[in-house]
Amino acid sequence: MARARTKIYKTSAGEVVYGLMAEFATPADTYHAAEKIRDAGYSNWDVYSPFPIHGIDEAMGLKTSHVPLLCGIMGLAGAGLGFLFQWWVSVKAYPLGVQGKPFGAWEPLMPILFEFGVIFTSFTALLSMLAFNRLPMWHHPLLKKDRFLKTSDDRFVICVESKDPKFDPDGTRKLFEKSGGYNIDLVED
Amino acid sequence: MSAIHPDELTTGRLAGLLPTDPKRTTDPVTIDGTIVDDPSVRPPLVLGNRSIGDVTNIVCGYVENKPGSWWLPVFGVVTQLAGVATLMILYLAITGVGVWGLNNQVDWAFDITNFVFWIGIGHAGTLISAILCLLKQKWRTSINRAAEAMTIFAVVCAATYPGIHVGRMWMAWMMFPIPNANAIWPNFRSPLLWDLFAVSTYGTVSLLFWYMGMIPDFASLRDRACLRLNRNPNGGPTVLPFVKLRVDTLRAFIYGLLAMGWRFSSRHWHHYEKAYLMLAGISTPLVLSVHSIVSFDFATSVLPGWHATIFPPYFVAGAIFGGFAMVLLLMIPARELYPNMKDLITIRHLENMSKIILVTGSMVGFAYAMEFFIAWYSGSQYEADVFVYNRLMPPFLAGEDGRYAPYWWAYWSMIFCNVVSPQLFWFKACRTSAFWIFIVSFLVTIGMWFERFVIIVTSLHQAFVPGEWGMFFPTPVDILTFAGTFGIFLTLFLLFLRFLPAFAMSEIKNVLPSASPHHHPDDHGHADDHGRGTSTTGGGHH
Repeated sequence: MARARTKIYKTSAGEVVYGLMAEFATPADTYHAAEKIRDAGYSNWDVYSPFPIHGIDEAMGLKTSHVPLLCGIMGLAGAGLGFLFQWWVSVKAYPLGVQGKPFGAWEPLMPILFEFGVIFTSFTALLSMLAFNRLPMWHHPLLKKDRFLKTSDDRFVICVESKDPKFDPDGTRKLFEKSGGYNIDLVED
Repeated sequence: MSAIHPDELTTGRLAGLLPTDPKRTTDPVTIDGTIVDDPSVRPPLVLGNRSIGDVTNIVCGYVENKPGSWWLPVFGVVTQLAGVATLMILYLAITGVGVWGLNNQVDWAFDITNFVFWIGIGHAGTLISAILCLLKQKWRTSINRAAEAMTIFAVVCAATYPGIHVGRMWMAWMMFPIPNANAIWPNFRSPLLWDLFAVSTYGTVSLLFWYMGMIPDFASLRDRACLRLNRNPNGGPTVLPFVKLRVDTLRAFIYGLLAMGWRFSSRHWHHYEKAYLMLAGISTPLVLSVHSIVSFDFATSVLPGWHATIFPPYFVAGAIFGGFAMVLLLMIPARELYPNMKDLITIRHLENMSKIILVTGSMVGFAYAMEFFIAWYSGSQYEADVFVYNRLMPPFLAGEDGRYAPYWWAYWSMIFCNVVSPQLFWFKACRTSAFWIFIVSFLVTIGMWFERFVIIVTSLHQAFVPGEWGMFFPTPVDILTFAGTFGIFLTLFLLFLRFLPAFAMSEIKNVLPSASPHHHPDDHGHADDHGRGTSTTGGGHH
């Protein structure tokens, strides 16, 4: 759902603006600022913090993650596939008479059925997390900002993207200032 | 405010210019300030008045600064030991399994003993990262990364053995259900095949979990390298004296590649935390299943001493028991050798792990007793004989017939190490002393090795018909291969401490009081200065 940009902003040096970022002093400040930005109706914005701030999902108004749902579906699918595979090998492809046990018995197939489910769930957890986050992405406008790189240490940053329909360099800056943001800076694309 | 910038303070401490912690006190009751009996008081998880930035500096410092002078000599010794294992495996491959001491009576000996020993070691790592995560045990954050690393390295050592004990190891691929020209498929009703799937799943899932946990920490290392390069593109050491490539350039590239472009976005954390929870949730039944399935290798047989329904829970408890002992064996020296590590791994961490050792040790002791009870209660002559004349009876207590258990010393070593020695942890003085914890962990590691030896070798060496009885004695190749796997294990662990983030930084930061969104800085006006110690604890700075 590509949304037409209402306007392309440029810095004084003529570079296209990716967004406006501000630093916040503490997780509490960041949390309250996020609530204000959510309530102001922004949609293309994000909070950057060295660790997941407790409750920031609600403060940002994020929807429930679909990672667990996918994990459940894929886990069950993996377990089913594991069962079918073992059953096909034991009954169809290579029926092997061992200890006089019936070829089609389901009981001995349970351990490997479980392992199939586990392995599918685990890969789904990691890969769906990366896919939902559009990672790997080794290049991003924010990663070019030295001040932003400190978020991996101990800084808290909120960035509103210029493609947000409500983005306005002055208005957004004022909102940041009002919510306790400092070092407010334009991010070049 | 202090005149020294916090970063400079840490830099000074890391370089050994300033004392590790100027405010550290040793209190007879709270030791380092973390042993608090009052349940209404939350002892600090991180000591030394550490800020969020301090955690980054300390943990990244282990990777970025040169390690202590001990590192290279120790690394040299353990790599030599790893080389010995490699040579022994090569000798085995070109000669045959006859170089081992196993024989027609005892056809599983050191190989399977060591396999079960190593795979059991790994269980503590998964327990810490998965089960303690689900139970919201916040203290796990400073030991989970190293314990997970230990899990993976233990699985590497364990996985070596099934590969080499098959004799014709170039045929080992036939264990996998791969379509091949002979149209032969494996037997899915065999517990050995379940074991193969369980162990390979366990290794893969542990690796995924470990890697996913490290993504944000790789990003921290990447960003620090980038910041240094941005400040001074020509500064810092080069990879080699005559190569122009900067170490930081290499770091930014490799850690950057591994971090996958992680940029600490809350929208990313949102999915990340759910995925982490999913992995923790699925690893919990996995860790319980792996050693259960390992125990099926024995329990589904008809051999007295193996054929027991208690085996799955007994093996799982033993695995956690031995695994925690190994975590402590590794982390106690590490926290002595690395600067500031005592602030992250406190006495309370050691005490908690000691308590787990005491609990699981008692479970294992109960299982030993229950085996005897069932051997008597079942009325089976073979079962009773296995436990009395294969394991228990020392020569000086032998009756008129003179029968005694040839491996009685292995059994009693196991009882002493696994059941008697952890009883020291009933005493708080032992539970809170790194020295005694280290001694007990060492004994437990020995005891858990003997446990597997007792189960495997003594059950096999005298079973059913006396005509097929025999003894097993390890050859030098057996012993050197086992010693060598410790070399492989420690080599990997030392490389991990040197090049990978040894602590889960983002998780430790998350349990600092200043990380809470409900935390409001007091009169200091500086968030990072508040709340590490509670005023009731001796180690606090108030």
